[in-house]
Amino acid sequence: MSDAAGLRDLPADTAGRLYRTVRLIRRFEERAIELVRDGTIVGGIHPYLGQEAIAAGTCAALRPGDVITSTHRGHGHVLAKGADPARTMAELAGRATGLNRGRGGSMHAADFSIGILGANAIVGAAVPIATGAAWAARRAGRDQVFVTYFGDGAVSQGVVLETFNLAALWRLPVVFVCENNGFATTTRFAEAQAGTVTGRAAAFGIPASTVDATDPQVVLEAAREAVERARSGGGPTLIECLAYRFDAHHTWEHAARPRYRTDEEVAAGMARDPVEMQGARLAPQERADIDAQIESLLELAVRFARESPHPDPADALEHLYADGLRVRAGA
Amino acid sequence: MTILSYLKALNRAIAAEMERDPAVCVFGEDVRVAVSNVTTGLHKKFGPERVIDMPISEQAFTSFATGAALAGQRPLIEFQIPALLFLAFEQIANQAHKFSLMTGGQAHVPVTYLLPSSGSRGGWAGQHSDHPYSLFAHVGIKTVVPATPADAYGLLASAIRDDDPVVVFAPAGAIGVRADVDLAALAPIPLGVGRVHRPGEDVTVVAVGHLVHDALAVAEELAGTVSVEVFDPRTLHPFDWAGLAASLERTGRLVVVDDSNRSCGMAGEILASAAEGMRLIAPPRRVTRPDGAVLPFARELDLAVQPSRAQLRAAIEDVAKLAHT
Repeated sequence: MSDAAGLRDLPADTAGRLYRTVRLIRRFEERAIELVRDGTIVGGIHPYLGQEAIAAGTCAALRPGDVITSTHRGHGHVLAKGADPARTMAELAGRATGLNRGRGGSMHAADFSIGILGANAIVGAAVPIATGAAWAARRAGRDQVFVTYFGDGAVSQGVVLETFNLAALWRLPVVFVCENNGFATTTRFAEAQAGTVTGRAAAFGIPASTVDATDPQVVLEAAREAVERARSGGGPTLIECLAYRFDAHHTWEHAARPRYRTDEEVAAGMARDPVEMQGARLAPQERADIDAQIESLLELAVRFARESPHPDPADALEHLYADGLRVRAGA
Repeated sequence: MTILSYLKALNRAIAAEMERDPAVCVFGEDVRVAVSNVTTGLHKKFGPERVIDMPISEQAFTSFATGAALAGQRPLIEFQIPALLFLAFEQIANQAHKFSLMTGGQAHVPVTYLLPSSGSRGGWAGQHSDHPYSLFAHVGIKTVVPATPADAYGLLASAIRDDDPVVVFAPAGAIGVRADVDLAALAPIPLGVGRVHRPGEDVTVVAVGHLVHDALAVAEELAGTVSVEVFDPRTLHPFDWAGLAASLERTGRLVVVDDSNRSCGMAGEILASAAEGMRLIAPPRRVTRPDGAVLPFARELDLAVQPSRAQLRAAIEDVAKLAHT
């Protein structure tokens, strides 16, 4: 897994764009954790720290009209696909100005206008949804590609394996991105999974590879090949992205402190930092300029989230039905 | 006028909606050859792109339909067995149903789930004989249980046109019903509007699905002694509470007959709602399956746990005599 993989083929500004995305996700998550701590974000979040290269690299291979589904650890995907950081932060804070008008929160952030069919809080549940959408797009004659993200914990979920079958059977334009961060909440991959991730894909005849997903450029190269295959009618691909989850499964761990990995292991994992890796490829001034832009962007996002209005409790069940059906009140 | 069977009415509704809207497509198991006779002729008429046999992966293809709906299609899923709803409950209740609210109204999921021959078919035992409509009404999914051929046509057509997920139960006990109908007059029937099949003065019987026909038979038996009004809600969620209240204004007495398990079943909700805010001059009754019933195989055991006409008749006679003290 070369540090410089694919670099020769990249346009001059790609390294900078990838850095901008991983840095944006990194700092967004750090700011969001601050808002969890001060109570602005209620319920906590699943930080994407350490996995930034996966969202950045895969979304960089997509066209604006392409579509993604995300996971409970979804902020990175949503930002990389182009969601407004301010409205995303406002959604985490449950404000009326949020992407989902405060109805979804961290685990359901969606922006259909830019091809984000939503983060999903049930492990593996979005995989068949993305694949059905891919079928519909092909039926309608659109050449969109659908990327569906899921964690290593999802690879023994029935719907994921059932969907591998459907996607392969009908050669649907789907890219399965397995984010293997080593842990299903607190359970290590090897403790919960027989076989391998790519072996599961191979069983259905789906081309699969495992990549070092601490490097955004490595991910981008793998994603380009998969996206090209999907768009040209070659069917699905699985990419297993190896990364390390720097922080907690969920911010509740910051208080509960369950012990399932050692400080040494965490330090070793964090030594392979996608933001540092990509940043080192830029000229110092370019990197500093991007950092400064992101700081001011996120300062505005945090302010927007804090200052946005809360939704009106009288409208708690607005949007429950497409036709505006009003249900009986509970009292 | 023409004799139309309930089963043929379902078939006609799907065909008419597919004709009308190219986004309507059918997913299911054995739907090309129409093992359950609901999709007969559709594969030939509309082709393999719109009538699709799925692998036996109910969970995946249920959410696959959700994704297709999010991307502009209007899938109808036929589940051959009502208990498959338990398998796909996550995909319907926790995914399809929740997208609209969770996305703040960005997304809608127009999928219809059709259950031909729901409830007991006689001799199909514990895992093929459930009637879980109360479960879907409880979680807030639009839930339809037509009793007659014309209602089957009209409610299924409305379900397919609806922009939300809708579950349509076609009870085994109703699917063989035939009626003399004017085919040209078949039309969508709005969800949430009940129907008085037989007006009466003494007791309102709310009957769900196939039990409408039992209620009508019992009402006829009792015609000399008790005047029974038979109210068919047709849709369990949304429920026509105003229609029920209007009936109770006339009768003030209520019996519900419902092929759900007793505890937390639809009948319990109807009784509670009537008790809270409608005119009742006597304590109401319900006739249901027992608490937590699993349908046993042997014919006499199967029948023993389903609501019967004898039970319904006894309940009506009791309620007719009772008064609040």
